[in-house]
Amino acid sequence: MPLNIVLAEDSPLLRDGLVSVLTRFGHRVSAAVGDADALIAAAHEHDPDIVITDVRMPPGNADDGLRAAVALRGHRAGLPILVLSQYIEQSYATHLLDLGSESGIGYLLKDRVSAVTHFAGAVEQVAAGATVMDPEVVRQLLRRRQDPLRRLTPREREVLSLMAEGRSNAEIARDLYVTEAAVNKHVSSILQKLDLRLDGHGHRRVLAVLTYLRA
Amino acid sequence: MSSRTAWQALAQHPLGFLASAWPWRALAYLLSGVVFGAIAMVTLLTMALAGLVSLIVGVGAVLLLAVALSGIVVTRIERRRLRLVDPDPAPDPHRAPERPGPRGWLETRLREPATWRELSFTAVSMTALWWMDLLVLAFALALPVLLMTSPMDDPSAWPWVVIGLCLLPAAPYTITAWAGARAALTRLILAPRDGELGRELTEVRASRARLVDAFDAERRRIERDLHDGAQQRLVSINVMLGLAGLDAEPGSPVARQLALAQGEVTLAVDELRELSRGVHPKALTDHGLAAAVGNLTTRSALPVTVDIRLPYRLPATVESTGYFVVAESLANATKHSRATRAEVHARLDADVLTLSVRDDGVGGADPAAGTGLVGLADRVAAADGRLRISSPAGGPTLLRVELPCR
Repeated sequence: MPLNIVLAEDSPLLRDGLVSVLTRFGHRVSAAVGDADALIAAAHEHDPDIVITDVRMPPGNADDGLRAAVALRGHRAGLPILVLSQYIEQSYATHLLDLGSESGIGYLLKDRVSAVTHFAGAVEQVAAGATVMDPEVVRQLLRRRQDPLRRLTPREREVLSLMAEGRSNAEIARDLYVTEAAVNKHVSSILQKLDLRLDGHGHRRVLAVLTYLRA
Repeated sequence: MSSRTAWQALAQHPLGFLASAWPWRALAYLLSGVVFGAIAMVTLLTMALAGLVSLIVGVGAVLLLAVALSGIVVTRIERRRLRLVDPDPAPDPHRAPERPGPRGWLETRLREPATWRELSFTAVSMTALWWMDLLVLAFALALPVLLMTSPMDDPSAWPWVVIGLCLLPAAPYTITAWAGARAALTRLILAPRDGELGRELTEVRASRARLVDAFDAERRRIERDLHDGAQQRLVSINVMLGLAGLDAEPGSPVARQLALAQGEVTLAVDELRELSRGVHPKALTDHGLAAAVGNLTTRSALPVTVDIRLPYRLPATVESTGYFVVAESLANATKHSRATRAEVHARLDADVLTLSVRDDGVGGADPAAGTGLVGLADRVAAADGRLRISSPAGGPTLLRVELPCR
């Protein structure tokens, strides 16, 4: 189903690239703007299915994009937001996750756009209400919480990282070239070791993991 | 070689000295000293007496106040006279008045130690110095002249002429020697004290701080240029390559080449990102010290406990310096100390940021050995701060930095 997208990115080159990728996958970019104020205006005007935004943007050239996204989310609860960043910094991820654990949040390194199929997949997941975190964020969070995670096997950590990216068990199985039953086993083992409850929804699973890791 | 002072002039070849301007400058110094001293003494004595007498009608108080402040005028002229025999300027020790107007000027001057030091110099000058100038001149010049003219009255006294002629070439030495001594004494009393030079010291610090600020601004600019320029361009190229990959037939040579190219560009972007983060962390600009240190520690190989609680954003220089201190200390702890964990603690107290980094390593960090600690100390000193370190052999190492946030 084609998505109605509003996107903000101050580099014209990358903005065109993003529009090309999204249209290529059959979505409609109703506005592609270059600063945070224009983003807010466009989001109000076009009522998008998802907002994609860069972090650093004019007018302040600080984290204006991120703050605009937070403001939009405050205005329309549950509006799916995908933040693209040149950097994966925990302070930004935390800021974003503090929006509440409802749904539809993504935080990806800009580089991930170049893996076009994956990127398009992430956009669709966030629009559908999933939470997608960059593997780099997960890696950092994992490192921070080394101690309790030491009990996980390397394979289980790999699976956890993919879970945090919002992948379904079927997708994880395909990525790791194992059967879905094996993934199921890993997941339940992880959830057991980390004392997390299982409730079936993909993004809930991610949020549970992230909440645990942030604590 | 030209001499800088009267005393240095005395040490050169006699013919060179006698032919130079120094004896004449010394003579001018002493003569003007006698004239000025005599005038000043008469004036001040008259003012003081008149002041005491008319104290009853109140006008006297003003006169006495003028006498008390006379040192300022007298020593200003003394300093100017000093240039005759000592070309190094003796700076004025007085501060600018704290408030405008004559009243502000008076209050500042009366509270300054320099004013009273100048008054005591004036007293010494009145009672002793100019008399001594006079004595030296009399002994060095008048005596030989008297001796040489004595045969005019008594022709049998001609041997005195010989003695007088012998004494005359010594006169420049006597005069210059005393002029040098008087100049040295004057400089000793009238030159500003270190505290009074404080203004200039502040100037120096400010310029050093400006350098650090300029350096930080430059780092921020480089980081921004990398971010807005090269990085964005590479990412865009990578997106184009990704799109082209969609059009290429899967498994074809073109698809493989495109995938290779994408891998290379991705590596370049990664490297560039690490580079620009090292230049200036973006979170430091956007979210401040606590966030930037938090991000730093999540990337650190060492488990680090961070406890930074600051009531508000600190000045940019303080934040950069603080971040630099933490980054460098943690890098040291990771590289050299064999530490298994570290703690970063920061608080703001009475406008001073106190930052400490502690690790449980083997200690023995020696500022003399490595350049790392010296670099840290330089950086902290440039921000007008203080760095202390405790690192006994066997550990632990505690590094503590205080940075003023004005």
